[in-house]
Amino acid sequence: MPVKKSTCPAARELLFGDLWEYDPAPESAPAFIEPRYGLFINGKFVAPKTKKYFDSISPRNEEKLSEIALAGAADVDAAYQAASAAFTSWSKLPGTERAKYLFRIARLLQDRAREFAVAETLDGGKPITESRDFDVPMAAAHFFYHAGWADKLGYVTPGRKLTPLGVVGQIIPWNFPLLMLAWKLAPALATGNTVVLKPAETTSITALKFASILQDAGLPPGVVNIVTGAGETGAAVVNHPLAAKIAFTGSTEVGKSIQRALAGTGKRLTLELGGKTANIIFEDAPLDQAVEGIINGIFFNQGHVCCAGSRLLVQESVAGQILSKLKIRLKSLRTGDPLDKNTDVGAINSQAQLDRIRELVACGVAEGAELYQPDCELPKKGFYFPPTLFSKVAMSHRIARDEIFGPVLSILTFRTPEEAGEKANNTCYGLSAGVWTDKGSRILKMSAALKAGIVWANSFNKFDPASPFGGYRESGLGREGGKQGLLDYANLIQVP
Amino acid sequence: MLKITKTPKCYVGGSFIRSESGRVAPIKDASGAFFANIPLCTRKDLRNAVEAAAKAGPGWATRNAYNRGQVLYRLAEMLEARAAEMSDAISLSGISKKDANREVRASIERVVHYAGWTDKFQALLGSVNPVASSHFNFTVTEPMGIIGVVAPDEKPLLGLLSLVLPAITGGNTAVALASGTQPYPSILLGEMLATSDLPRGVVNLLTGRRDELIPTFATHAHLRGLAAVGNLDERKALQIGASDSVKRLKLIPSETPTDWFAENAQGLYEIRDHLEAKTTWHPIGA
Repeated sequence: MPVKKSTCPAARELLFGDLWEYDPAPESAPAFIEPRYGLFINGKFVAPKTKKYFDSISPRNEEKLSEIALAGAADVDAAYQAASAAFTSWSKLPGTERAKYLFRIARLLQDRAREFAVAETLDGGKPITESRDFDVPMAAAHFFYHAGWADKLGYVTPGRKLTPLGVVGQIIPWNFPLLMLAWKLAPALATGNTVVLKPAETTSITALKFASILQDAGLPPGVVNIVTGAGETGAAVVNHPLAAKIAFTGSTEVGKSIQRALAGTGKRLTLELGGKTANIIFEDAPLDQAVEGIINGIFFNQGHVCCAGSRLLVQESVAGQILSKLKIRLKSLRTGDPLDKNTDVGAINSQAQLDRIRELVACGVAEGAELYQPDCELPKKGFYFPPTLFSKVAMSHRIARDEIFGPVLSILTFRTPEEAGEKANNTCYGLSAGVWTDKGSRILKMSAALKAGIVWANSFNKFDPASPFGGYRESGLGREGGKQGLLDYANLIQVP
Repeated sequence: MLKITKTPKCYVGGSFIRSESGRVAPIKDASGAFFANIPLCTRKDLRNAVEAAAKAGPGWATRNAYNRGQVLYRLAEMLEARAAEMSDAISLSGISKKDANREVRASIERVVHYAGWTDKFQALLGSVNPVASSHFNFTVTEPMGIIGVVAPDEKPLLGLLSLVLPAITGGNTAVALASGTQPYPSILLGEMLATSDLPRGVVNLLTGRRDELIPTFATHAHLRGLAAVGNLDERKALQIGASDSVKRLKLIPSETPTDWFAENAQGLYEIRDHLEAKTTWHPIGA
């Protein structure tokens, strides 16, 4: 394809002036967070045998929200015993009955959507507009979708019957706490398994609030057990002999260590790990739409997204134009209090994550990439990082290879579709990719060339319970959601 | 008149090779008499085989499904034509003629079974997904890449084919280590593969010692998946090594015997073990 000469280097900017600041528009609904949470085992909240609790703070202002029980090995064992006891009757329950519980759970979550959204934003730091319009409704959608599968499993695998695995140990991350809980619980329960779930230590609150929905729904005790804590608790969940399967979402490093730890045990495993997703912009793409897609791709949830479009690949002929449009767009992004309905970029989830982002950004500067950050005043308290662009990035730079998991975009260029595909695939990851072009046939060709589990064409960061999610290569094993996701929670038995 | 004996060679990248190490191990026939020297392949031979498989990968993966089916069917034709010779190769180790014949028959049937799958599994495993947004959302299967196969010692032909066939049916290429105790049938199979229409490098067959090659099967980063029969220690070693590159694993215990003749030792879900699901979101609009 001939490369067009760049004719329009600078985008026009509309100037509205900065005389009038936005008024604060805080979400004021109560989150009903308890001062202290126990472990949810066998249908009841219980004190941890460790007698220890840890503080859960809000990244928006570093204030303490609640105390969370620290589960030790004995607590995790109690959770597995409860799940194992519950499996006998839960797995034998007719699919139509399991379905009804899941439908109920979806409905009860919808009822309390606002309260959960506020709690999610307080605990995790994501903008209230995202938890309100994305996380919570999507979590409910996952239960609703999988509810319908529970009595239709006979249609999933022609020639084979799906039977439950047993007790499943599930470990979820801090970037979408409630949504990841839904991604994990819904297919596991629909296929007749029981669960021991561990939320991330910085974001346990919505999982524990969710336990009250399970109680209200009348879910039999032990079917879902929630143990809270950090890495040690996670290791106890992974290594428990009663676990038939481990499902993990988190970093590639921890994912690899889990695969190693399970060696020789015969336990099933699914992993949903990191990524360094390429978002590819061809010169014939609708550029303004693409700019919105790029912004959504990297700044959605502060870039705390495993499939974030963190590597922008722009065709050379439009690279100048895209960069200038992005800089203008960045100026109108509002970074600050996530409870404010005007906020686009909220708080970074933790001090540790903020430190990592700072380290990698400093590394980008040191390696010679060109940094751009808009002027924006960040709140004094809490963990914040301004939306950041790096241009003149080379494939060898750390910011083009390592997952930053923050609001930092690295911009690279390409000339031909072949080069775009090669650069996009030149990574150990393979979670997702974005392709922006006006040509349908090119979308399909690029999709086939990209080593990634999800390809978004002229869109980005789209999710749906009916659409299987998961990566190639070191981005993980297995799929979550859709028909395909069910198979990872079941044995396939030959139909006589 | 003195018989001309054959020098066994491994089938790698479409060529017949001896091990780069020059090492061999003698095999004997059922009476205990010397039969031939089998190559003892090394990790370097394994790496060369992976390279050959990598070269063959894109061409095989993008070949149309109907054509892949015909290529596999051609392999069945080759096996059928030399069935008696293959049966002799299996009974070399003392297996009865009757059992050897049965294994060859089942192997031919297995090849034909998979030949018929090449243009059908996609329709059963893929899907069009009813998402709530305005997108045409569809999931297709794609091959993982190169699959490492560690074949069982028992059923030196059927066991090997039962692991290799689903991988290549799905569009993957394969590098396989043949039975350690009965390697000769794999030598013969290589000759049949060479005269089928299978492109060079799609299937690569090595003979050698499991303990020497398993560590490289486990850690070679270009092997995207493994299908291996092994004991607990071997399975452990394979998974520990595989975790460095998050390989997809299909590990079959050798402690409990597998019925390779069984109906469920073949089929759609064996193919699925070596496939990735790719989901594309295509917007609907003007």
